[in-house]
Amino acid sequence: MKSAILQTATRYLLPILLLFSFFLLLRGHYYPGGGFVGGLVASIAFVLHSFANGTENTMKILRYKPLSLIPIGLGISAVSVTFPLLFGLPPMTGLWFEEPIPVIGMIGSALFFDLGVYLVVIGVVLTILFTIALND
Amino acid sequence: MIDNHILAPIFVQLFTAIIQLACWRKTLTQRYLSVGGSLIGLMVAFRLFSRVYEDGILTLNAANWDAPFGIVFVADLLSVTLVLLTSIACFAVSIFSSVGLSRQRMLYGYFPIFHFLIMGLHGAFLTGDIFNLYVYFEVIIISSFVLMTLGGRKAQLEGAVKYMAMNILASMFFLTGIGILYGITGSLNMADLSLRIQEVQNKALIGITSCFFIIGFGIKSAVFPLYYWLPSSYHTPPSAVAATFGGLLTKVGIYAMLRTFSLIFIPDDFTRTLLMVIAIFTILTGAFGALIKTNIRRLFSYLIVCHIGFMVGGIAMFSKVALMGAVFYLIHDILVKTNMFLIAGLIRQLRGTMDMNKLGGLYSDYPKISLVIAIVLFSLVGIPPLSGFWPKVFLFQEAFIQHQYVYIAALIIGSFVTLYVIAKMWSEVFWKNPSASEEVENLFAPMPPYKKILMVLPIGLMALATLYIGLNAEAIVKITDIISTQLMDPSAYIDAVLGNKTD
Repeated sequence: MKSAILQTATRYLLPILLLFSFFLLLRGHYYPGGGFVGGLVASIAFVLHSFANGTENTMKILRYKPLSLIPIGLGISAVSVTFPLLFGLPPMTGLWFEEPIPVIGMIGSALFFDLGVYLVVIGVVLTILFTIALND
Repeated sequence: MIDNHILAPIFVQLFTAIIQLACWRKTLTQRYLSVGGSLIGLMVAFRLFSRVYEDGILTLNAANWDAPFGIVFVADLLSVTLVLLTSIACFAVSIFSSVGLSRQRMLYGYFPIFHFLIMGLHGAFLTGDIFNLYVYFEVIIISSFVLMTLGGRKAQLEGAVKYMAMNILASMFFLTGIGILYGITGSLNMADLSLRIQEVQNKALIGITSCFFIIGFGIKSAVFPLYYWLPSSYHTPPSAVAATFGGLLTKVGIYAMLRTFSLIFIPDDFTRTLLMVIAIFTILTGAFGALIKTNIRRLFSYLIVCHIGFMVGGIAMFSKVALMGAVFYLIHDILVKTNMFLIAGLIRQLRGTMDMNKLGGLYSDYPKISLVIAIVLFSLVGIPPLSGFWPKVFLFQEAFIQHQYVYIAALIIGSFVTLYVIAKMWSEVFWKNPSASEEVENLFAPMPPYKKILMVLPIGLMALATLYIGLNAEAIVKITDIISTQLMDPSAYIDAVLGNKTD
């Protein structure tokens, strides 16, 4: 599907949707949002781009296969789950930095867990959709 | 006592799987990682088992939330015994699959999924929260769907559809049961539920809820009339996968039954009768199904169904001795059934078929391998002093005390049919001269020697473990004695979970 309107719109929508997905990821600890929803929004951004410009072009701007995001995301999540063990605390205990960081706010191990989920969701959704799209 | 390290077996499997995912398409690296990870997992499981055996029940409050509000992981002796057995089976299967699987399947991620499956099993055994148990059941079935369909042959997909439909149905029943349980008690922690359920006035509602759990776990563990998906799907995937399924997956259902019926729904007369009827029919249908099958793996699948009935009968009688029998049979069954399917894979490698009519003459060609296999077959049949004999002693003893003569008859029929089909299989596969017209496709002979060793080694290891259980039955009886005491009187479990407040 080649449409000039969609292609022009996508050029602006892609970064905005990615920013929005990151906003959802950061907000998720206390409010609706989080890694899963954020990951879905981010992958929808890429899906929109592939609708407008073709799957091959989207894979080109991604550079790496989305499949490689899955082990990275899982690794980040698993490390943030087991990290408290080093301090003699049970797994999954939230560890927090003392001082809030500007813009982002308080950073803790929960954020890294969510970040892992975010990457896994992007990886899984894009792998599935690209596999289907390229088989046609 | 709180111990933050009881989740180690889960984490070992998780990290193994993640590292393997990072090495996507490097099958050789994945094989080394799989065997190495399983070995570490086995050592960790041994350590956990010996700690629990010496110190008693260990618990962990995930994320430092006190029970009953957070998710609790509990390592009592039943859990760690099963974790240990799973690790042994995982080690054997991972060695076997490193040589017994086609490269094609490994390329599509067999090993990571296999380790996720084992992680799910460990989690299901260790968790003390009933919703978390459901989550681990989901981890198990999703991984098993992938393992079952990997390869994509037509027969596989057909088996997988039946498997998937029935297991999703089981999950729905289980989830509905949990929902109702939460509605009437307001808790999901199994120890907390055990206390709260006694205060509920509406006993009929509890009875109905327990039926949801019986149906859910019944489908999982393949009891009569919900068993038919098992024989029609377990012969389709490769033998290494079938070994994991046959040895471990149905046993999770039995474990979940043991756990829920000892903690939450203490069986009343109705439940006992229901379970007993189910057990008797399961034994009989499994036994009669096994009689007519000529494909080795279909035969073993029906034997799984038959022997599940033995354990369900033990739960139905619900007394200390009966549970000792059921738990001992569970321990024996995990090792032997896993090994049976590995043997089926080896036979296929040796002869290129699993049809008993076409097989023959294995004993004259491979006498040493045949002797190892004979040990396993004798254990399965339960020839004293091998491992299948001891649990039946307990089951018979308790059945006579409780006057369950129909169950005794079913046990005897089940045992005799097992003996008959195994003897028939032995004579057909090992003693009979192969028919000259059949073209023998021997995939084993051209393999390099190290691969041959890797293929027979896991069978030998599992056979050794089975021999150990049989010949050192006293130690196992001691363990099952402690387990069934804990199951009959859950106060130690409840104290361990609710008595530990972190401050």
